[in-house]
Amino acid sequence: MAEKPRIKLPKEAKKGDVIQIKTLLAHNMESGQRRDQSGKVVPRKIINRFTCAFNGSPVLACDLEPAVAANPYIQFSAKVEESGVFTFTWTDDDNVVISAQGSIAVI
Amino acid sequence: MRLVSRREALTLATGIAAVAFATVDQSSATPSDAAAEITKFTGGVAPEPSKISIELPEIAENGNSIPLSIDIDHPMTPENFVTDVLVVADNNPAPRVAAFRFTRLTGRAEVATRIRLAGTQTIFVVAKTNDGKFFAAQKQVKVTIGGCGG
Repeated sequence: MAEKPRIKLPKEAKKGDVIQIKTLLAHNMESGQRRDQSGKVVPRKIINRFTCAFNGSPVLACDLEPAVAANPYIQFSAKVEESGVFTFTWTDDDNVVISAQGSIAVI
Repeated sequence: MRLVSRREALTLATGIAAVAFATVDQSSATPSDAAAEITKFTGGVAPEPSKISIELPEIAENGNSIPLSIDIDHPMTPENFVTDVLVVADNNPAPRVAAFRFTRLTGRAEVATRIRLAGTQTIFVVAKTNDGKFFAAQKQVKVTIGGCGG
């Protein structure tokens, strides 16, 4: 399952800028609503939480339900006042956490 | 004004369910489930209308991946900012779609993602600010089964 998440964020910005961040994770987001060939329910297995923090401070937290489409795409903005590192985490129903980072230089 | 009657919406939803994913739980969420979910979020406080721009296609060809973009016309300053956004659907197997928690570091009160819709229905977006105010908006999406017209 562990494919690297894709992050798009500017490499640099001016102090006080609001930047846009795009994130994408390859994941089935199995809703628990489907049945397989034999008619058995395919159990739910989704990413249920996505977070973003900057230099340790929370920027965004999302609670995701089965109604979020497969390969969850989340786009949001962040205000940057200093250089640092964004940390992104995706947590699934089994509490497995996938994380990624991206740094930005703020002038 | 609903352009599709509930009977038509349920027939469409069942049709799509058969093609896209067979529902396990025969009962789909209803508008009152969606309303209950919203009341849980607001604690009964009446949301003020508008201030929220919801970008959703009017007609979605593929119910499995529908782009949703939310933009809330509200400052994001340390003293005055949007703290939470709830997205609810009234004709999916379950009403909750997603909940977002913003902070003072979230530059703009906006977020975009992609959602799954079981059939034609209304999406509700409710936002909460740090001073306890609520804003709400809604938009209907017609979901087709690849090829059929709205």
